[in-house]
Amino acid sequence: MINFEETELRLGLPGGSASDHGELTLKGSGGKRVFSETASVDLKLNLSSNNDSASVSTTTEKSKEKTTTVEPTARANDPAKPPAKAQVVGWPPVRSFRKNIVNVQRSNNEEGEKSGGGVAFVKVSMDGAPYLRKVDIKLYKSYQELSDALAKMFSSFTIGKCGSQGMKDFMNETKLIDLLNGSDYVPTYEDKDGDWMLVGDVPWEMFVESCKRLRIMKGSEAIGLAPRAVEKCKNRS
Amino acid sequence: MNYFPDEVIEHIFDYVVSHRDRNALSLVCKSWYRIERCTRQRVFIGNCYSVTPERLFQRFPGLKSLTLKGKPHFADFSLVPYGWGGYVYPWIEALAKSRVGLEELRLKRMVVTDESLELLSRSFTHFKSLVLVSCEGFSTDGLAAIAANCRYLRELDLQENEVEDHKGQWLSCFPDSCTSLVSLNFACLKGEVSLGALERLVARSPNLKSLKLNRSVPLDALQRIMMRAPQLADLGIGSFVQDPESEAYIKLKSTILKCKSITSLSGLLEVAPHCLATIYPICPNLTSLNLSYAAGIQGSDLIKLIRHCVKLQRLWIMDCIGDKGLGVVAKTCTDLQELRVFPSVPFGNPVAVTEKGLVAISMGCPKLHSLLYFCHQMTNAALITVAKNCPNFIRFRLCILDATKPDPDTMQPLDEGFGAIVQSCRRLRRLSLSGQLTDQVFLYIGMYAEKLEMLSIAFAGDSDKGMLYVLNGCKKLRKLEIRDCPFGDMALLTDVGKYETMRSLWMSSCEVTVGACKLLAKKMPRLNVEIFNENEQEDCSLEDGQRVEKMYLYRTVAGKRRDAPEYVWTL
Repeated sequence: MINFEETELRLGLPGGSASDHGELTLKGSGGKRVFSETASVDLKLNLSSNNDSASVSTTTEKSKEKTTTVEPTARANDPAKPPAKAQVVGWPPVRSFRKNIVNVQRSNNEEGEKSGGGVAFVKVSMDGAPYLRKVDIKLYKSYQELSDALAKMFSSFTIGKCGSQGMKDFMNETKLIDLLNGSDYVPTYEDKDGDWMLVGDVPWEMFVESCKRLRIMKGSEAIGLAPRAVEKCKNRS
Repeated sequence: MNYFPDEVIEHIFDYVVSHRDRNALSLVCKSWYRIERCTRQRVFIGNCYSVTPERLFQRFPGLKSLTLKGKPHFADFSLVPYGWGGYVYPWIEALAKSRVGLEELRLKRMVVTDESLELLSRSFTHFKSLVLVSCEGFSTDGLAAIAANCRYLRELDLQENEVEDHKGQWLSCFPDSCTSLVSLNFACLKGEVSLGALERLVARSPNLKSLKLNRSVPLDALQRIMMRAPQLADLGIGSFVQDPESEAYIKLKSTILKCKSITSLSGLLEVAPHCLATIYPICPNLTSLNLSYAAGIQGSDLIKLIRHCVKLQRLWIMDCIGDKGLGVVAKTCTDLQELRVFPSVPFGNPVAVTEKGLVAISMGCPKLHSLLYFCHQMTNAALITVAKNCPNFIRFRLCILDATKPDPDTMQPLDEGFGAIVQSCRRLRRLSLSGQLTDQVFLYIGMYAEKLEMLSIAFAGDSDKGMLYVLNGCKKLRKLEIRDCPFGDMALLTDVGKYETMRSLWMSSCEVTVGACKLLAKKMPRLNVEIFNENEQEDCSLEDGQRVEKMYLYRTVAGKRRDAPEYVWTL
């Protein structure tokens, strides 16, 4: 699944935001935009020496957005690099009309698959389990109900503290830190933007709308997700 | 020179229809010029700035149908800044004043305002047909004026336009007396239309052959519409989502069986895969299928659908069909003439199409003459095979998503592959290149592509020689558009006369300098040489040595245009 966020161009301050991928960041604005991406990148390496000053270009359209060009840090035909390389205006040559329609439709369809017909089946994986399951998250009305159901579903695979009580404990943030330190499991989900989030942060309804799949991670692997919850715990106590 | 009276010649000229042939007739002698211009009804102007409206109707007083194109092609890909031009209002204003009996107006890549549409609707009593492709600048208010005022309207065809929705009921503005509609396409509109008005309009349009709905028209309305229009030949479905248990769905299944004359299907802008089976009965009759906007259909469902489409001549789909799916197309659609495969995700679906799919198509579809193919990779071997299997290509546009990717098997540039295409396809008129390419490919193009009229080049070539091969070799070249290539002043200036034989030249992110453009403009007064200066600094003057970011030049008898925005410098 291509991560749009990775390939999205965003506006940054001049000279400031040449990130690792050589990406340019452009803030979306309201009003008519002719350019969806505004950087112009020269992929022919033998011309790159001429480009530095002469190719600073600016759009003069209504919102007066500024852009700077960026030298590509990866060869265009390096097969190992995913599409997270510097993007080029107007490539691939697809009409903006088509691009906009198809992108909107894709996100609508993804939503529709969840909210259409009152079902929202998402895949659930558990680290270490031999196969995945599917669960209709619309069947449940709260995180509690969901965690009970998941616990039942995966009870045959779990060892150690992850019985239904263990799962309930995850929803309880004060126990989260203890549990994360152990070999227990942390429920995470992938949202509409493709980001992996800790289950439980947002209101239940919002979760149902944005959850695309669930992954029950081993606690030790979830350390990266934990800081947010830890912060929350700190802020609340 | 005339052996026949004028009336006889006129009668003969009636049979000569194509623009090119009529242009040729007018060059034979003065009397043929005179007869031709008085009898000419259809005029095509490929660049709205090449001639003035006054000159147009002075020469062709009998004008009934006008086609105008505005912005350069690369405007489609956001390379032309906002406000460049291409305004239709001056044309409509001038034609209205001239008393020309305009009946048909076809516009592409132009800026159309509500005022222009209102003026159009009020100025020509017998106006019958409006076709807008890739235009912008208008809203549903302008459409309301057309609907309300054009009493004999036969065709309103809106393709891929940016239309502002003002939530007015434009469709309801068609008066009850309007019964002449043959073609109505509003698929590109984002807003809602009055479903009742739509159904009534369809009911009173017995000649309606082509109807393309937008997303807002739900399946149950579609069913009612199809009941009233069993004579439809060309259908664009808006929303195709329905509970299979519902009455509407069941009714639709039987209604579809009555629509035996549908040969062209498009849209499915919103679709639930389980509904697709209802279309299967129509599929064996289809000659044209456009699913390039049906983002809701997965590859496997697409394949199931296509297995029924044995008579297909034109197919537009998305790359989620995959190489395997193209294999199915190749086996099923042996009459296929035109294929377009679009990317479903900005940088392509990782499991989408490659050279394998194209080779399969070439083996199964020898009649293929038009191709637009977005893919992940291409090999020379594949292109050579395709060239051998399909020597009839007229249009060949290949877009490798990674613009400078070489042949992945040999790591060689794709020169030999494209060389094979131009050598084998002697009737080739349009070519778009991509992938890693050196000057060699241009040598081949110059040598073999004798009929080539339009060439699009990106990220290709090594030196000025590349561009020169093309300019010297392709005698029929009309449009050349180049981006991000190392072609510079020498290539631009070697044969300045060539540009008067062409419609236009676009060069962006190349090596051309301001000085060279100025020189060219000076030598060739009948060219408009435009440079786009997008630098925000007001006081920046163009120094001769400065590299030009974007240049667009075109032949014209209208002189420098007066509606250019600040950033356009006509030299």
